[in-house]
Amino acid sequence: MPESSNAAAAKVAPKKAKLSVRNLWKVYGTDPEGVTSGGFAEMPLERKLSHVRDADHFVAAADVSFDVAEGEIFVIMGLSGSGKSTVLRCLSRLVEPTKGEVFLDGEDLLKANPRGLIELRRHKMGMVFQDFGLLPHLDVVQNVAFPLKAQRRPREERRALAREMIELVGLKGKESSYPHELSGGQQQRVGIARSLAANPELWFLDEPFSALDPLIRSQMQDEFLRLQKQLLKTIIFVTHDFLEALKLADRICIMKDGQIVQIGTPAEIVLHPADAYVREFIGDVPLANVLAAEDVMAPAHEDGKDHPQVQRRTILDEAIKLFDDNTVTVDVVDDDGHVVGALHPLAVIRALYHDDIVADI
Amino acid sequence: MNRTAKRTLRSARLAWPWLVLIIISAILILLRDSYPQIIAYPDGLTLPLADWVNVGADWFIAHAQSFFRALAEGLGFAFILVQNILTGLPWLTLALIVALVAWQGGGNRLAALSVAGLLYVLISGYWVQTMNTLSLVVVALPLAVILGFAFGYLGYRSKAARKIIMPVLDLMQTIPAFAYLIPILLLFGFGPVVGLVASVIFAAPPMVRNTVLGFQSIPPAILESARMSGCTGWQRFLWAELPTAWRQMLIGINQTTMATLSMIIIAAIIGGFEDIGWEVLSSMRKAQFGQSLMSGLVIVVLAILLDRITSAYAARQLPTASFAGLPTLHFFGLIVVVTGLSIAASYVIPGLWRWPEWAVWSPAQDINKWTETFLIRYGSAMDTLKNTATYFVLLPVKIGLEKAIVPFTWGVTFVPAAKTAYWAIATLFCLVAFALGAWRLGIALIIGLAFLYFGATGLPWVSVLGFAMLLAYQLGGWRLAAFVGGSTAYLLVNGIWQQAMLSVYLCSVAVLICIVFGGLLGIWGASSKWASNVIRPINDMLQTLPQFVLLIPALMLFQVGEFTALLAIVAYAIVPMVRYTEFGLRSVSPTLIDAGISSGCSPWQLFWQVRLPQALPQILIGMNQTVLYALGMLVIAALVGTTGLGQLIFLALGRADAGAGLVAGLGMALLAMTVDRILQAVVRRM
Repeated sequence: MPESSNAAAAKVAPKKAKLSVRNLWKVYGTDPEGVTSGGFAEMPLERKLSHVRDADHFVAAADVSFDVAEGEIFVIMGLSGSGKSTVLRCLSRLVEPTKGEVFLDGEDLLKANPRGLIELRRHKMGMVFQDFGLLPHLDVVQNVAFPLKAQRRPREERRALAREMIELVGLKGKESSYPHELSGGQQQRVGIARSLAANPELWFLDEPFSALDPLIRSQMQDEFLRLQKQLLKTIIFVTHDFLEALKLADRICIMKDGQIVQIGTPAEIVLHPADAYVREFIGDVPLANVLAAEDVMAPAHEDGKDHPQVQRRTILDEAIKLFDDNTVTVDVVDDDGHVVGALHPLAVIRALYHDDIVADI
Repeated sequence: MNRTAKRTLRSARLAWPWLVLIIISAILILLRDSYPQIIAYPDGLTLPLADWVNVGADWFIAHAQSFFRALAEGLGFAFILVQNILTGLPWLTLALIVALVAWQGGGNRLAALSVAGLLYVLISGYWVQTMNTLSLVVVALPLAVILGFAFGYLGYRSKAARKIIMPVLDLMQTIPAFAYLIPILLLFGFGPVVGLVASVIFAAPPMVRNTVLGFQSIPPAILESARMSGCTGWQRFLWAELPTAWRQMLIGINQTTMATLSMIIIAAIIGGFEDIGWEVLSSMRKAQFGQSLMSGLVIVVLAILLDRITSAYAARQLPTASFAGLPTLHFFGLIVVVTGLSIAASYVIPGLWRWPEWAVWSPAQDINKWTETFLIRYGSAMDTLKNTATYFVLLPVKIGLEKAIVPFTWGVTFVPAAKTAYWAIATLFCLVAFALGAWRLGIALIIGLAFLYFGATGLPWVSVLGFAMLLAYQLGGWRLAAFVGGSTAYLLVNGIWQQAMLSVYLCSVAVLICIVFGGLLGIWGASSKWASNVIRPINDMLQTLPQFVLLIPALMLFQVGEFTALLAIVAYAIVPMVRYTEFGLRSVSPTLIDAGISSGCSPWQLFWQVRLPQALPQILIGMNQTVLYALGMLVIAALVGTTGLGQLIFLALGRADAGAGLVAGLGMALLAMTVDRILQAVVRRM
């Protein structure tokens, strides 16, 4: 199953991939190199997995492949122990992958030497951590300016840049506070500002909002989307919260036991879950808020009558209000007002209550 | 068969290894008059380990001495330089610098405390001696800190290094420092440098531990964020790791400072010069208690000031600290200005340079007179107290009731009928416990009563070996049994069994007293905030004081002897028992207490059935610490005339016999580790 979905992912991946991950493995144990060498490459995936586990080694990431397009928000979602954080850390080589390739603009990151790696991290990558990772002895400006200090930029320049970032994340006025004087949400804003200080192309976020209260979390998610609209970074975002993934992602990658289970847009995943594991996540999702008219529309219905119209990206929760006793068809229109499809009550019900339940209707 | 008999049989079946050992011991004891080697380990079976060590040491010294003597020269030079500065500068300058440093760390209150402390030193007339001691601290401390940091950082970076460093630290902290004074003495020759080297070695371990701890507890997110910020290894160390670990390292520096001072004071025993430790020691030897008390108080002042100032700097690192002091550059500027001004002032007014004679006031002579008057008036009462404790507690544990009950002290003879009754009652108790199903209690009762009957020095060594190994096996399996057996065998084959049992005797009495009184004090402290506020500063003080200051008051009142040693050991070793009992009782979760109350517990039931069981692991840790403290103090207590391993080490020190000293020192360490591991096995089983 994972293999076929990987292959599918590679097929549907956008042409212009900023970051490409190919057959990435991370194995823990006494001799990960030895276990994954020799005839390992020729084995089928199931054989590989049992081979590694039989040798008392632990597989944290198994044959992970995906592409991320420039400016895309790519969310890796999984429960704890699924390997999502390991994959993220392999991309920045905070964890050295056992096998595989990671291409940034066509260049293999895993071949970079220590010096080159430091340069990559200084200029190309920014990362936000779940528990912030702020230095307690530095104030907000110094924390945000820290990556620039590592680059040995002049003091005035880095302070000016840091102030800009602080304003961008809405912390103006807190410049000389210390981390312990800030709330969790404010601390994470500092973390975000720091990760953006060096103006990286790749933005890694490792469960950035998981340590925050639900209300603050939701605010920060909105803030994050606002920032991304402005900055257009290429983002890998790790979370264990399926709703967060649905809210933020352009595409979601669901992981389990170190393997990719499914990759797809939020609507694809919700409408066509790859297996029972994915379906379990969808059970609690308020689908009417996730799916849009275009996700469930049928081809345009040409009966010459006038139908109420709905914009293609309107969520179903709004769209279904147009149905009444006399209306069984709603036209779906694009931004220019052209009819691109039709919405029928039965299709909506099927989508909202999952195919299997209403299959007999 | 009725139920009682069934239960008794079941108990006996469970306890059979113990019963077999008890029977073997009984047979051995019956035979002891014809075979004295049952009690005293035969000399023929000993190994001359001490001699071998000496041969090795001689060889090493012959080859390495020139190197170490050169090192000693260098250290001696550094010491003399610092000494000349500290004793050469005006007292006003030094006092002002200390006060400023204290203020920078902890504000007005700490500065006031420092001024008061230094005034005491000036007025009591011990300024020069204090400066001499301080010079040693000033030279030794940076060395200990650097050495400790180097090994600590190595231990943090390399797992292999940590595997070697940690056990070595454990061993260093359990071997009495005197034992390794001897090789240092041989390598470095006599004089202040020996104390200096010894205190560097003795004081480095806490720095190592705190460095490892500080670096290991850096949050992983900080390390990762530093790497992701593009730091090179060196930048990461300097800007992220070091500042984050800094506070823990300052705590290490605080502990290292205290250890340095304590060791420098103790080192006066092997070669004092005009330092404050020597002052205390020589006046103690001359029985000038007023003088030893006054100079002892100087040590107390020095210890408190060093402790408070260094811990103030550590506390200032907390993110929530309210006091920041001056910016560093301003502070140093201020120091320079104040130094210049005060030196200039001292040129004009000589009394500011040398503390004038007329301003020295010491009540030492008066204290001597008061002590004398007190002893004349209450001497008989004190003697009664001391004799009662000696005859009814100390002696029975040492030589057993069997020999301790004589008409001269007890007023009665231990007639055979009474002996029979004693054993009959012991057996009866044991049987009752067996019948109730509590076979462990039964066995403990009979062994305890046998111990009391024969005394620590009257037990067959085979039995001690057997019981210790059996206990260790049942608590912690073969490995623990092997360790305990090995330690016991070490004491036997080195021919220091008799001395070891004497140490066991004095320690066990002291520990028992500590457990009872310390436990009660801890319960009292946990039950009332007021009591806790009274107890805590006393505990702090007992723990900050260099150990042998504790000997002074005991010696004043009770003269040389084991009772005096016992008091000093109890005073030192009771602290952890009180602390951990109070802490354990206080940290029982409030939910559990609420649950107890709502289940209808009376206060008495609440204590015995809820709070005590919950606090027991902590209390056991406290007991463990108490045992280790007692063994540590034993060596110091040997100064006032105890027998045992501590005395052996002292004798070896006098003869500069490295082998004998190390053998006895390692013996004490093994005793301490045995108790430690057995108690830890108990905690693990709970």
